[in-house]
Amino acid sequence: MIANVPMEHGLILAAILFVLGLSGVLVRRNIVFMLMSIEVMLNAVGLAFVVAGARWGQVDGQIMFIFILTMAAAEVSVGLALVIQFHHSFKTLNADAASTMKG
Amino acid sequence: MNELLSFIPALPFAGFLVLALAGRRLSKVAIAVIGTGSVGLSAVLTVLIGIQFIAAPPQSHAFTQTLWTWMQFDGYAPAISFSLDPLSLVMIFVVTFVGFLIHLYSAEHMLDEEGYSRFFAYMNLFVGSMLTLVLADNLLLLYLGWEGVGLCSYLLIGFWYKDPANGSAARKAFIVTRIGDTAMALGLFLLFTNLGTLNIQELMQNASKQWPVGSPMAVLASALLLGGAVGKSAQLPLQTWLPDAMAGPSPVSALIHAATMVTAGVYLIARTHVLFALAPPVQFVVAAIGAATLLLAGFSALAQKDIKRVLAYSTISQIGYMFLALGVGAWSAAMFHFMTHAYFKALLFLAAGVVILAQHHEHDMFKMGGLKDKLPVTFWTFLIGAASLSALPLVTAGFYSKDLILWQAWSSPMGSKVLWAAGLVGAMLTSLYTFRMVFVTFFGTAKIDISWRPGVRTIVPLLILALLSIIGGFVELPKTLGNIPLFTDFMRPVFSDTASTPGTEGGELTLQIIASIVSLAGILLAWLFFLRRPQDADKLAQAPAAASLQRFWFSGWGFDRLYDTLFVRPYLWAARANKDDFIDSGYTEIAKFNRAVHQVLRFTQTGSIRWYAMGITLGAVVFLGIIVFLH
Repeated sequence: MIANVPMEHGLILAAILFVLGLSGVLVRRNIVFMLMSIEVMLNAVGLAFVVAGARWGQVDGQIMFIFILTMAAAEVSVGLALVIQFHHSFKTLNADAASTMKG
Repeated sequence: MNELLSFIPALPFAGFLVLALAGRRLSKVAIAVIGTGSVGLSAVLTVLIGIQFIAAPPQSHAFTQTLWTWMQFDGYAPAISFSLDPLSLVMIFVVTFVGFLIHLYSAEHMLDEEGYSRFFAYMNLFVGSMLTLVLADNLLLLYLGWEGVGLCSYLLIGFWYKDPANGSAARKAFIVTRIGDTAMALGLFLLFTNLGTLNIQELMQNASKQWPVGSPMAVLASALLLGGAVGKSAQLPLQTWLPDAMAGPSPVSALIHAATMVTAGVYLIARTHVLFALAPPVQFVVAAIGAATLLLAGFSALAQKDIKRVLAYSTISQIGYMFLALGVGAWSAAMFHFMTHAYFKALLFLAAGVVILAQHHEHDMFKMGGLKDKLPVTFWTFLIGAASLSALPLVTAGFYSKDLILWQAWSSPMGSKVLWAAGLVGAMLTSLYTFRMVFVTFFGTAKIDISWRPGVRTIVPLLILALLSIIGGFVELPKTLGNIPLFTDFMRPVFSDTASTPGTEGGELTLQIIASIVSLAGILLAWLFFLRRPQDADKLAQAPAAASLQRFWFSGWGFDRLYDTLFVRPYLWAARANKDDFIDSGYTEIAKFNRAVHQVLRFTQTGSIRWYAMGITLGAVVFLGIIVFLH
């Protein structure tokens, strides 16, 4: 049973989640937590797609969400590999440690 | 035969082209044959054409051959055309004949030099340019030859370019003559805009028709041409380049700086004498410059130690005599002295070149000595040249030409006793410094052994020039000694407007006797001070007044220092001050602004990932805001 939730509410929820994820990326110093915040951003975008798909009554929204999830999984594997390399080079997970390009 | 006139300058130019393009690949013999042969062929042609010219003179004593139209614009079409008349015939005879002898001498003198083909190429280019200058029918072509000889003078003075001092001397010569050349170019502009042509004959006719005697235009134009002549002929105030030009090889000094190029100024004034006759103030200035220069250079020559510098100042002095003659209206006397001077001065320079090579490239006379017995041919030819320069009475060519000038200076309506007196004092100085040179170099005890002996190719030119230094004057015997004025009669068609000078035979004889006594007195003084009792000369030089006078004369009356203070230093100061002027600040301020902005923006590059992420976020927010609120 589909409750009549207005589309605006769904999009606002997606926006709030996106901003939360973005501020997490900007504020956190630990790379792993930055990656988690990026996941939150991705999920917010997926939610926006699903809401739009429900509004127009088409299945494209759901398909898009599956794409996003797939891409997120691939990205996480690459990202974790990069995090391991990062730790190997800098011996820390602090993102501010990688500032040799300063100036 | 006259149609071959254009070959006379063309052959040396052809020689130059061959040697410039293919000189490296030719053997030394081939180079010498091409270099000397081209000028020699020109000399033969000149003699043949001259014989025909004298035997059967063409109409109005002038033959013009036009080759092609040089350029064409706005109704003015100057042509490459050569004109032969008595004046140019005398000039080309001297240039080609003396030039050929000097080339022959150089074939041996420059044999050990590595720039053998370069030397002959430059020399041929010079002879070609000089012949163009002399044969030119219009002043534009003359100016082309004028610049050409200036270029070759620069190239040949700086022949040994690896020594920077030679390059400086070459640049000095070029720059100082450039000042004169600029004046001459201005004169050409003036003549063209006012008289509508640069063809010499038309110019002279238009000038006499349009400009009255003493008109400001004539004065200005002739003064500017005089500026050019003064520069090229090394007269006051542009005489400073010639002594330093002795940095070049001796044949160069003989050809360019004694016999031919430096007389180009004399030729110019003689060629445009109608213009100078229309401007009496300028003609007087010519005489005054001549008189002042001959004295100034005479005193300077007395204090020189380098044998070539003595000869250089002597050349300046003798050209002063020619200017003096031109200034008093004695045009053919000036050309006569040019001819005899070419013979004996070239001889002196060539013989000095032999002496220098024989003394391990030593130039200082006081380090030489006793060469009279070791280099007999050189000694006797040098002595003949020196005698001719000192105008030894009756037997030398120099006597007849210098005497004619002194007589004209006294008796011509434009002459004066002062000018004659200056010439007389100059004659005494001439024999004094000349025989000082002879006695110091050739007499006394030998100090340096002989390192080189002249061969046939050196001795033959010396002998021929010595012969000419003796008999070259017999073409113009004054009234007191036979009255055979062949030279003046030959030149009469060119200088037809000069009045014949008044004056009695008795007056002329008196002056001749005075001049002869003066020149012999100079020789006697030189013998006394430099041969018989040189210790007297040394004691005289010790006195403080005499020593400072000697230094003053040695430096050429301080002209180099004067010009350095007046012109060189202010110019360098202005150049340095202008290096960072306000126009530059337009460019430097832009660079400084860029650097300042960079310093500020530097702080945005922190290298931190979070900072960059924030940058992206802010940018996205700004864009979205623009789209949402302003669109």
